[in-house]
Amino acid sequence: MENISFEDVFEGKLAKNEMIEPKDWMPENYRKHLIRQISQHAHSEIIGMLPEGNWITRAPSLRAKVVLLAKVQDEGGHGLYLYTAAETLGVSRDELLNNLHTGKAKYSSIFNYPTLTWADIGAVGWLVDGAAIMNQVMLQRSSYGPYSRAMVRICKEESFHQRQGYEIMTHLAFGTKDQKEMAQDALNRWWYPTMMMFGPPDSESPNSENAMKWRIKRETNDQLRQRFVDQTVKQVEYLGLIVPDENLKWNEAKNGYDFTEPNWVEFKNIISGNGPCNKERLAARNKAHDDGKWVREAAQAFAKKRSEIYAAA
Amino acid sequence: MTTQEALFQYILRIGDTNLILGQRLSEWTGHGPFLEEDLALTNITLDITGAAKSFLEYAAKVEDKGRSEDDLAFLRNDRQFFNAQITELPNGDYARTIARQVLVDCFDYYFYQELSKSNDETLAGIAQKSLKEVTYHLRHTSAWLERFGDGTEESHNKVQLALNELWQYTNELFEMNEVDELLIKEGIAVDLNLVKTKWEKHISELVEKSTLTIPQNVFMQTGSRKGIHTEHLAFILAEMQALPRIYPDAKW
Amino acid sequence: MSDNQGPVWEVFLQKKAGQPFVHCGSLHAFDKEMALENARDLYTRRGEGCSIWVVPSNAIVASSPEDFGPFFEPSNDKVYRHPTFYQIPDAIGHM
Repeated sequence: MENISFEDVFEGKLAKNEMIEPKDWMPENYRKHLIRQISQHAHSEIIGMLPEGNWITRAPSLRAKVVLLAKVQDEGGHGLYLYTAAETLGVSRDELLNNLHTGKAKYSSIFNYPTLTWADIGAVGWLVDGAAIMNQVMLQRSSYGPYSRAMVRICKEESFHQRQGYEIMTHLAFGTKDQKEMAQDALNRWWYPTMMMFGPPDSESPNSENAMKWRIKRETNDQLRQRFVDQTVKQVEYLGLIVPDENLKWNEAKNGYDFTEPNWVEFKNIISGNGPCNKERLAARNKAHDDGKWVREAAQAFAKKRSEIYAAA
Repeated sequence: MTTQEALFQYILRIGDTNLILGQRLSEWTGHGPFLEEDLALTNITLDITGAAKSFLEYAAKVEDKGRSEDDLAFLRNDRQFFNAQITELPNGDYARTIARQVLVDCFDYYFYQELSKSNDETLAGIAQKSLKEVTYHLRHTSAWLERFGDGTEESHNKVQLALNELWQYTNELFEMNEVDELLIKEGIAVDLNLVKTKWEKHISELVEKSTLTIPQNVFMQTGSRKGIHTEHLAFILAEMQALPRIYPDAKW
Repeated sequence: MSDNQGPVWEVFLQKKAGQPFVHCGSLHAFDKEMALENARDLYTRRGEGCSIWVVPSNAIVASSPEDFGPFFEPSNDKVYRHPTFYQIPDAIGHM
């Protein structure tokens, strides 16, 4: 036993599909990669509350209103589970939020697109959550215990999100002419941005190799993207809508669709802050945080006073 | 006025108060002062919007003219809304949102206690369910009132200012008219004088515990029982009702 | 006083009366009442529990991975602590 290094123990656990826990020794790269990945994921959930939250006050029925509220709330909850998972790696929520608010941290490019119509709420639930779920299901088996446990909880809760999105799309696609046009328009605008969610092509994905080795990721960006297209096409067809890709074609040989890649130049620009809503999203988060400062200070002051009172009693 | 007409009016009043308050609170989702509280307030919003749905469903049934709860929520004009004015005021800062919520939660707490004894079984049923929810809301918002009142100087001043400005809208909650008179005789409606006594005692104790003071000699606003509102309601409705009005044939 | 998100608390949920409390996650809160309410609002949105414990994270004392050998391996050979170690005559049946 004496000759076995920390590194060997760590590698041994990975090899045996065992979980790494917060107090276990881990390579610094692994810790850093995890903090980056988990916090980006958390930021995405929190920023993701905004485009959908945009339609809460305009939801067209009382049922739609409570469903959307519950869904946006879940996203906040998921952000929270993920922040607490990241915190077990020795970084504080304050630091993580600060990285988000100053624009230092990244989050999913998808949430920098605007939600322009009610159909976008359907499209986001159906396509964006659909794509997110494919990533998340795989992450339930990631090697870091707190991350994996957070993902299990998230996947359980997420299961209604995609369904509610598709339900909105069916109401629209089988509704009036205006509604169907609204649905097609939303699909046209969200199709390529959703495909970008899986990240750049494998050939250009700098962080993938380690992530696969460490079981923080278990399928490549291109594999996931292919699977997403394959499973989504028939859902589009059922709605009587058209995938906005004239190159989309079934390829018998690979048992999957050939399709047009999203515009990676646009992707890079959105990631670096030039998307249609990057500034609005960050400004909204910063405003909420700044407006909340006196609230947090009051709670802190009150707690301090009360613990002094408890101590004196 | 028949009992049916009075009952319809009465349920609209309760349903609209929940609907408009839920609408205002929902503006906070995604913008709360910190993540945990964002989710907590959204839970309250969900309860209140759910209650609005239940009451309006029942109102539609009592009216019996083929309208649904969504028709009532999305296709009436501002003069046909009977929510208390306090619910339509802008959220303001978090102190104002909390202060308004405490005042309304406390009203609902005693109101639903009485309403759950109503001879009208449907109303009593919704009230029993809502009472459990509101008991928690009141606990949550009371704790915040105390934190603000006895927190920092800044929070104390903000929440005191909120109370001072909201107070003029509190009397409306207890106003009674011919609807109440008729329905109290039937054992359906709640005597709001009874609720007022309990509310005043509860609020004055809570305000004192929070090191705050209740504003004195305030001139009270009135109007919502007749469908007269502040300037804010029409804007709320313009936003909330936009889709069903632009696409009148659509189902969502 | 510096602005922050408040201390971290650990949340334990009892699913049904009589069952043990199980750790379900963490959260931030500034005081005890807030911790309890936040736990309710975050971790029981789908009826996951009937009772909650919240504990400040820094009050938890945890064993280290290095402790695994000395802490837990010594109990592996104490087979006499398990009922199957003992032989009961067949005639007696289940005991």
